[in-house]
Amino acid sequence: MWQFFHKLGSPKWFFGISTRFMPWLLAGGLLLLMAGVVWGLAFAPKDYLQGNSYRIIFIHVPTAFMAQSIYIMMASAALVTLVWRMKLADVFVKAVAPVGLVLTFLALFTGAVWGKPTWGTWWIWDARLTSMLILLFLYGGVIALDRAINDEKSAARAVAVLVLVGVVNIPIIKYSVDWWNTLHQPATFKLTEKPSMPAEMWVPLLLSVLGLYLIFGWLACVRMQTEILSREQRTRWVKEFVLKGRG
Amino acid sequence: MHPIRKKRLTIVLFLLAGLSVAVALTTYALRQNINLFYDPSQISAGEAPVDVRIRAGGMVEEGSVVRDPESLKVEFLVTDYSASVPVEYVGILPDLFAEGQGIVAMGRLNAEGRFVADQVLAKHDENYMPPEVAGALEKASNAEAKSAAESTKPATY
Repeated sequence: MWQFFHKLGSPKWFFGISTRFMPWLLAGGLLLLMAGVVWGLAFAPKDYLQGNSYRIIFIHVPTAFMAQSIYIMMASAALVTLVWRMKLADVFVKAVAPVGLVLTFLALFTGAVWGKPTWGTWWIWDARLTSMLILLFLYGGVIALDRAINDEKSAARAVAVLVLVGVVNIPIIKYSVDWWNTLHQPATFKLTEKPSMPAEMWVPLLLSVLGLYLIFGWLACVRMQTEILSREQRTRWVKEFVLKGRG
Repeated sequence: MHPIRKKRLTIVLFLLAGLSVAVALTTYALRQNINLFYDPSQISAGEAPVDVRIRAGGMVEEGSVVRDPESLKVEFLVTDYSASVPVEYVGILPDLFAEGQGIVAMGRLNAEGRFVADQVLAKHDENYMPPEVAGALEKASNAEAKSAAESTKPATY
């Protein structure tokens, strides 16, 4: 296991192995996401109370879920950066932060679009919405801090500290609806209980979450490869790779 | 693990634990400000301030909605099944507003304990189901109520 861990630290090894996985991630992700979204938007039954407007969950839930999931992955990578000083961990944080930012924004936006007709307002300062907005600012802060420091190593450490401090927000987002009175409803899916939703609604939702996960994996690989190439541009293997072209 | 890495890991985990405790204490201290609304039990226990703009939330009590035929005025009771508070509101209600549904109202509590709302928002719950299932459930609960009523009848003979 440790050998694998140390290999992961080598940008060159990661570059090679990720190139092999990427087409599968993209194909599987697109397939699952298309199936989930088309099934959810066109074929799943409508809700007894909200009618068709509930269908936005097939976009809202995957983006909100991924936005938090990516942050947890970033925090794990930040821990690795601080403790093991692994270069690839920092490359990961830098590569996925903008993806997380976009997904958080999409979750907030789709929530607002749904909130206007359902609740009667597109924004309210309840604990769930506010903590999600803080997540958006955290992603923005991580990107800005990384850009603000020129030295690669100090940027990596400063960003890692910020990411780790921000991880406290994740349980707050998750449990805000249970700890406080909020306008946002509590979770439909719980680990220990049956979802309060029939299978013909949650199966397409699950498919789109999985699909988005795979597409995120592909996107992370693409962005990490670009970052690796630009960081290692002076090494021999990158020069050879560029001269040789992709073939 | 290398001793230096072990030391770094301990420091990072220690700081993270300290930070979590600090945030937990802060949010605990501010819980009344973080709560979006007062529930009817808190209001009837006198925990909510009078004549200050606050939010009240709960379920619209079944059979309590009274609409004024002349205007947009609506009166209803908001309940959390242990206490209820009378609410009055003039304006257009959201589509999801119905008896038995959750709402959050913004307004002022007056001296008589009535809540005068200037905004009513519908609160959606975590349950989703197709209309046919909802219809079947309602039928089943009606049938159950009927059979329960019938089964109690012989006892009164």
